[in-house]
Amino acid sequence: MPHPHLPARGAWAARILVVALAGLAVFIGFAITTQAPASAEGETIGVNLRTSLSGPIEGVEVTVTDDQGDEVDQGQTDDEGRYEAELPGPGEYTVSINPDDLPDGVTAGASTRQVTISEGDTPTVPFALSDGSTGQGGGLGRIPQLLAEGLRFGLLIALCAVGLSLIFGTTGLTNFAHGELVAIGAIVAWFLNVDAGISLIAATAIAMVVGGFVGWLNDIALWRPLRRRGSGLIAMLVISIGLSLALRYLLNIVFGGRSQPYSDYRGQRANDYGPISLTDKDLLSILVSIVVLVLVALMLQRTKIGKAMRAVADNRDLAAASGINVDRVIRFVWVLGGALAALGGVLFGLSDEVFWDMGFRLLLLMFAGIVLGGLGTAYGALLGSIIVGVFVQLSTVVIADELKYVGGLLLLIVILVVRPQGILGSRARVG
Amino acid sequence: MSEFLDILALSVKALVSQSAVFFALMGVGLNLHFGYTGLLNFGQIGFALLGGYGVAISVSMWGLPLFVGVLIGVIAALVLALLLGVPTLRLRADYLAIVTIAAAEILRLVFRSTPATEITGATQGLSAFGGEFYALAPFETQRTYDFLGSTWTGRETWACLVGWILVTLFSLLIWQLMRSPWGRVVKAIREDEDAVRSLGKNVYSYKMQSLALGGVMASFGGMILVLATGSANPDQFQNANTFLAYAALILGGTARVLGPVIGSMILWFLIAFTDAGLAALIRNGFIPDEILSRADVANIRFVLVGVGLMLLLIFRPQGILGDRREIVLDAS
Repeated sequence: MPHPHLPARGAWAARILVVALAGLAVFIGFAITTQAPASAEGETIGVNLRTSLSGPIEGVEVTVTDDQGDEVDQGQTDDEGRYEAELPGPGEYTVSINPDDLPDGVTAGASTRQVTISEGDTPTVPFALSDGSTGQGGGLGRIPQLLAEGLRFGLLIALCAVGLSLIFGTTGLTNFAHGELVAIGAIVAWFLNVDAGISLIAATAIAMVVGGFVGWLNDIALWRPLRRRGSGLIAMLVISIGLSLALRYLLNIVFGGRSQPYSDYRGQRANDYGPISLTDKDLLSILVSIVVLVLVALMLQRTKIGKAMRAVADNRDLAAASGINVDRVIRFVWVLGGALAALGGVLFGLSDEVFWDMGFRLLLLMFAGIVLGGLGTAYGALLGSIIVGVFVQLSTVVIADELKYVGGLLLLIVILVVRPQGILGSRARVG
Repeated sequence: MSEFLDILALSVKALVSQSAVFFALMGVGLNLHFGYTGLLNFGQIGFALLGGYGVAISVSMWGLPLFVGVLIGVIAALVLALLLGVPTLRLRADYLAIVTIAAAEILRLVFRSTPATEITGATQGLSAFGGEFYALAPFETQRTYDFLGSTWTGRETWACLVGWILVTLFSLLIWQLMRSPWGRVVKAIREDEDAVRSLGKNVYSYKMQSLALGGVMASFGGMILVLATGSANPDQFQNANTFLAYAALILGGTARVLGPVIGSMILWFLIAFTDAGLAALIRNGFIPDEILSRADVANIRFVLVGVGLMLLLIFRPQGILGDRREIVLDAS
């Protein structure tokens, strides 16, 4: 079936996006060079108490005890709401805060937390604080901060989603196993970084190669044979779910059920940039995402293979008839998608820790981004993902933090009611 | 040898256990959605969650009688069907897939969130709502019974019995429906929506009826699950369960009345057998702990189900009972 497809409008949106992203990259690159990286030695345990309404909470008594019940350290949070205890070594520790010291209106979900510290760990123990705010103006001061975090998150989703969208565009496959490419990338980098002691940047590069290889393997071993057999798209969709289940629980067995951080760039403190404060790794994450996405956009726009990819996505038969090797293009899309997903996974692991089903959690947001932008279009995925990321973070002004993904998924459903073809999509694809 | 017999007894029990009933109920509903109408519902577990929590919340939090709880669960499932169907049933199949999976995940995340604690008990879940249900049992539910070499508690027996009665009733309903004009329209929609539309049928309305009816069946599955386990917990309703139900359905044979029932029984027999078998192999040192620990065994089942689902679709999409001419899925 022929698809009338993004003519002038898509290209126009693409150009604006590229320019905007490039400008942002320059700005952030400038910002990042003015800051020196922070680092920590030995095992420490940190507490950071703040809520949107009260800001940082000062003077809360924090007690750290070891597994014998002996007190290791005691102190109060400083004017940034922070407290850090140095630990004698790895082991089980209990951190408790004195709920009576919290300001009026702020309540703690649990006032003690147990933490297992391994060699070199410097975690910040999360205490879920509730200030009873439901968004009636209370959290509005956080909006610039949330926008920045949303941008970081949205760019990360975009990195993962571009491949998913291109695969859909070129093959028609709704690949439910794409999240596992993300998780594989993050987990490969984790093993290289934590177990093998390779620096995270090198580990990321290797993880991207592995991700690209897994994408290639996906196509060669499974999807190309199925395309050759002329399998139905729905059947392929269910097969991708089988693949996703198998890979996801395999990752659980290999990686374990707990979430784990990388060993590099831990315990960074946030630096203030006007109304927003970001850690260096967050800034780096934004910068890397932007650079990579701009490169992808340039490739799609300028290079021969990029044009071929868009041509195949647009009309496969016509592309084949005009001499494009469709199978080669699809293989390239899989490799590219796998590598980008791996990078996205590492960036997600850097901000939220690595866990076995991170891929599935991101997958639904990727779908939200892709559907919002327009199914099957590369720039649509980019734009839609950024909007979803920003929306997810901004929604925490109104709803509890643990429900923020729900906001993104609700957005997905609302888009389908209002504009099912998405922002950059065309009506003929919706069918 | 006795160990092998124990494993076999456990597996035979799994054939008719609460898990098999639960997935049979979800599967019968899915069969209506997917096998007969061609709707790609990936959020079946969401309907089950609403059914289960409908009973749990009504009885333990609001103190309502059991039958009102059942009614609330059914109504909640109907409302979900409407909410999902209105935006997506007019769109292409994969949109329904994405939206239903998202909706099921939303429900689970909301039910386990801290702000919902006062209604749903958050991650702790709810318990102590089964009293009235077990009082209905015609036999003593406090003692244990022996069937086929395995031990059953009275409560388990009663829950499974009611579950299988429901499975029978729903299967009979599906069998009759598919012989009726309604069933023929629905099957025609699966084959060619536009053709049905050109005959003047309201395709959208038929799809909605199918979605609602199948969803209600799943909600009964959720009720049986929470009553049999004695607690309603959001993590009983992981989305992976929807795909287990798909695996059961496809294994048994889609678009066959008994397909999901037989599929679910066989699936749980296989799962129990591999679980217990692997555990025994690890216990006796045949599999070293470094390769596979006891804790990993529960995950192996999903790996096997995932691989099995792929192989089934690629090599035998009609499953055990299916008819190749009547399936939506054809990967060969």
